Amino acid sequence: MLDHLDLTKLVFGRLSWNAIPFHEPILLVTFIAVCLGGVGVVALVTRYRLWGYLWRDWITSIDHKKIGIMYVILGLVMLLRGFADAVMMRAQQAVSFGENVGYLPPHHYDQIFTAHGVIMIFFVAMPLVTGLMNFVVPLQIGARDVAFPFLNNFSFWMTAFGAGLTMASLFVGEFARTGWLAYPPLSGIAFSPDVGVDYYIWSLQIAGVGTLLSGVNLVATIVKMRAPGMTMMKMPVFTWTALCTNVLIVAAFPVLTAVLALLSLDRTVGTNFFTNDLGGNAMMYVNLIWIWGHPEVYILVLPAFGIFSEVVSTFSGKRLFGYASMVYATVVITILSYLVWLHHFFTMGSGASVNSFFGITTMIISIPTGAKIFNWLFTMYRGRIRFEVPMLWTVGFMVTFVIGGMTGVLLAVPPADFVLHNSLFLIAHFHNVIIGGVLFGMLAGITYWFPKAFGYKLDPFWGKCSFWFWQIGFFFAFMPLYVLGLMGVTRRLSHFDDPSLQVWFVIAAFGAFLIALGIASFLVQLVVSFIRREQLRDTTGDPWNGRTLEWSTASPPPSYNFAFTPVVHDNDAWYDMKANKFERPTSGFIPIHMPKNTGAGFIIAGLAAAVGFALIWQMWLPAVLGFAAMMAAIIVHTFNYKRDFHIGADEVVRTENARTQLLAAHV
Amino acid sequence: MSELALNPAADAAKPRYYLREEHHPENGTLLGFWLYLMSDCLVFACLFAVYGVLGRSYAAGPSGADLFDLPLVAVNTSLLLLSSITYGFAVLEMQRKRLRATLLWLGITGLFGLGFLGLELYEFAHLIHEGAGPQRSAFLSSFFTLVGTHGLHVTFGIVWLVTLMFQLGRHGLTGANRRRVMCLSMFWHFLDVVWIGVFTFVYLMGVLP
Repeated sequence: MLDHLDLTKLVFGRLSWNAIPFHEPILLVTFIAVCLGGVGVVALVTRYRLWGYLWRDWITSIDHKKIGIMYVILGLVMLLRGFADAVMMRAQQAVSFGENVGYLPPHHYDQIFTAHGVIMIFFVAMPLVTGLMNFVVPLQIGARDVAFPFLNNFSFWMTAFGAGLTMASLFVGEFARTGWLAYPPLSGIAFSPDVGVDYYIWSLQIAGVGTLLSGVNLVATIVKMRAPGMTMMKMPVFTWTALCTNVLIVAAFPVLTAVLALLSLDRTVGTNFFTNDLGGNAMMYVNLIWIWGHPEVYILVLPAFGIFSEVVSTFSGKRLFGYASMVYATVVITILSYLVWLHHFFTMGSGASVNSFFGITTMIISIPTGAKIFNWLFTMYRGRIRFEVPMLWTVGFMVTFVIGGMTGVLLAVPPADFVLHNSLFLIAHFHNVIIGGVLFGMLAGITYWFPKAFGYKLDPFWGKCSFWFWQIGFFFAFMPLYVLGLMGVTRRLSHFDDPSLQVWFVIAAFGAFLIALGIASFLVQLVVSFIRREQLRDTTGDPWNGRTLEWSTASPPPSYNFAFTPVVHDNDAWYDMKANKFERPTSGFIPIHMPKNTGAGFIIAGLAAAVGFALIWQMWLPAVLGFAAMMAAIIVHTFNYKRDFHIGADEVVRTENARTQLLAAHV
Repeated sequence: MSELALNPAADAAKPRYYLREEHHPENGTLLGFWLYLMSDCLVFACLFAVYGVLGRSYAAGPSGADLFDLPLVAVNTSLLLLSSITYGFAVLEMQRKRLRATLLWLGITGLFGLGFLGLELYEFAHLIHEGAGPQRSAFLSSFFTLVGTHGLHVTFGIVWLVTLMFQLGRHGLTGANRRRVMCLSMFWHFLDVVWIGVFTFVYLMGVLP
């Protein structure tokens, strides 16, 4: 054994110059562009001496608002990557017919569809959802920060470094070619001997730890840190959905951690959990991953439902219709989401009784979801509706999501599923609910809370452009896939023989082009709004005539959120305050106890990513050293007992007086 | 605060929509740690489920009845259960604010934990030596993973215990340290509960024909 152990192998493992894709022009050009862009950013940051500012005010920040913003930035950056993958797939499928093999070899195409799914779920949807919850929840419940501010920073960096590992696979080695859930035996060592699946496993393990801890954090925050008077049934609906989502995170992500750990043991140690021989059982993987995967869908969509509830009520100028039924619907969905996982593989052959059970539970979920839709409609009924951009996304969601929900009920019928399983009908269905539900929700939320975060509104013209391009583009891109799916076209194909199908794929590609315009409009909107920020300035802190506590403080809020802890008497707390002629206190300020910034989260997460990289490439020596360093960093951090400080009363006075003057100047 | 309470006039002027005084929300550490433990419990639940599915897939290799040495496991179980009792004594001493006695009981707990780990490693080495390693069959894969994950938890528990003893030595029984002792206490007892499951479902039921 020992003579096989040479030092190069111990240090570099499987990593060699062959891992860099010199022979793939698409990747090489991307790589060079990314390097140039990276050098440019580094040069600019250095030129304007921003390193200290970035480190002190953002990277080490444990302010939940800044962490929330960083999550959203991460989600938006990764959206560009995930969407680039989508465009490449659409372009390939639009041209690759008959003699034409398209421009992507299958080896590359398979990585693209895997990366697209992984990135969109884990590194776009999750950071956007977590980011908005992080930013909004403490403000909505009248708290100064989350329960564990350090852990919050650490969670963010774990997610960001997990995303970084996935991105690294683009240029060093390759990504999995297995589809986004990496079913064995395909993802086993026998059929995927290279590093792709290992990149998949370790990016998700690292990001998963972050997600789990942020789930624990937000549950503890919502349970323990609500302002006095805010009983559970006085919590804003977004906070309720955040609570349910985080309960789901705590109850679902451990399953993902466990099943991915077992897969990595199969691949590196040679165990037989999911292998074809020696007693392994691949279907167990499929069961376990969907026991995580189905609740994950609700983890993403529940906060979106919460955002729509806030938006509908604010822009209809009415109290939310059926608050209690909304809460109960959310809780029922939370519970039912654990009882439906098998509908993802009716074709496994569990028998008619098992399939019927899961088919029926799946259909039952549509009842509380339908109740929510009616609640939103009744909230709008006879309201004074303002069709601002967040409201447009909400109405667009209601139309789109209902269609997606109905195709979901079709798929829930096991005999129909045997025909439609793994077809493009399924692809169209889940994009229908995830784009129409989650993504529209996140864009509504970003537009809605942007003035709270930055002190100026987003430019409405470009927001409307973005909305219409997305909305129309979505229908062009995915309705053809329903048709194709009904005709029996399966997913993940890079080439087709039947030329009569091509027209549908061309229409879908046109839809992707429209969505690209939607994303471009959104980016233009960010730039234009920044340039026009003085005209779009929110001086009041309450630009939409909002109803919940986050609108009672300044935009952007001071680091301590509220100079005095608010007392809540109604579930639309801020509306109640406004209705009763609340006078903002202008004197009597006291020092405020706040947590202190720390670089420990960034350092520990960075070391975790280094260990992950070493494990992917089987660089055993760096892996062991990195792990030791990570443990040391954690232990050193626990010796830090001085984790908080007081913001002096004089500073609070200065901040609050500035706001008093601002309010007086704009009355 | 107390001044305000003594003065009814000030009390009447209490603002309706905010608190003038500093507001201390409840500390969430124990709840948060409990939530983490429940998530960890789910990791073990998965591993138990996997063992439940694969625990009889011997692939023509040895079974539990062939491999398990129950007297050894009985000793091991006693060590871990005793360590939970001694941890309990440490917490009792902490409530009486006796630092040295707390440290002493924590040290004894750690030694029991080390003894447990030593016997477990011996058992693993013995099995691998006999050709019954985790690669041999799905049964052995799931056995090693379930028992090994528990062992890894105990290892981290001991690292934490030693760290905490240093911190207790340096800062004494402060509020923060008492909270840490309570968190580790939950962790340690949790591992005990999991081990009772392992002992019952893996070892006792594993030797049944």
